[in-house]
Amino acid sequence: MAAARQENRIGLWGWLGGGRWGIERYAYSLHRLTGLAVLFYFLLHIVVTSLRARGIYLWTGGGFFHKPVFRFGEYLVFAAFAYHACNGIRLVLVELGVAIGKPIEPVFPYKTSLRVQRPLLIAVMIVALILLAAGGYSGLTQ
Amino acid sequence: MKAARLWTWHMAAGAVLFFVLGLHMGIMHLGEIGHWFAPYGNLTVSIANSRFRDGMLTFTVGYIALLAIGLFHGLYGLRTMLLELTLRPAMEKAITVFLLILGIGLLGLGTWAAVAAHGVALAGVKG
Repeated sequence: MAAARQENRIGLWGWLGGGRWGIERYAYSLHRLTGLAVLFYFLLHIVVTSLRARGIYLWTGGGFFHKPVFRFGEYLVFAAFAYHACNGIRLVLVELGVAIGKPIEPVFPYKTSLRVQRPLLIAVMIVALILLAAGGYSGLTQ
Repeated sequence: MKAARLWTWHMAAGAVLFFVLGLHMGIMHLGEIGHWFAPYGNLTVSIANSRFRDGMLTFTVGYIALLAIGLFHGLYGLRTMLLELTLRPAMEKAITVFLLILGIGLLGLGTWAAVAAHGVALAGVKG
């Protein structure tokens, strides 16, 4: 049984590779990458912000947290969140059967539901881009 | 069946996070546009503005809820990815236990900090 489990192992390619499944599959891969990035930031964020209970505000004053490289990194976290959130809503809708069309007989030439759900992908990406622009504007002016 | 139920909770948590974390991100990262809950100057994350938000019970409860939902969504998502590597059952169990302990530990730390910061902010207001 254990050996049979190992046969399926394709490692990192199983996480990232989309083959020829279309842009939706790669959007899903990017969804996972941005999820990992946001999670990593979130875990550090909990520790750093918890210090304020002891009167330690690491993000105020000078230092590394005000260097452009950190501000840019912070924006990247926001960008990862915006993408992950918008694409996540798409994934939930698709999982619930919304915007993928009705089931049809598999008659040649076959139609794929991926094309049916393409407008949803485009719509959520437009929302994500608007959020990215708003976040960038706010970051540059603050 | 249990996995399907947890996956449903994972999705539900994601949908809730879309709004709650979106609100948090909006307040923190779109501050220049909105100036929400930041009455002291332009910098949203200044000490004065942080204490102002810490002093509001809604924010304290919101932080704890955000923490719990975010940790569940994030760590369960990470667990799902790791288990896709078709590891040995003992390793899968070790990963589950480790992430569970990590999640409970960070939830405890964050909850303590939110409650303590609320107390500090209120004490500051009372002088």
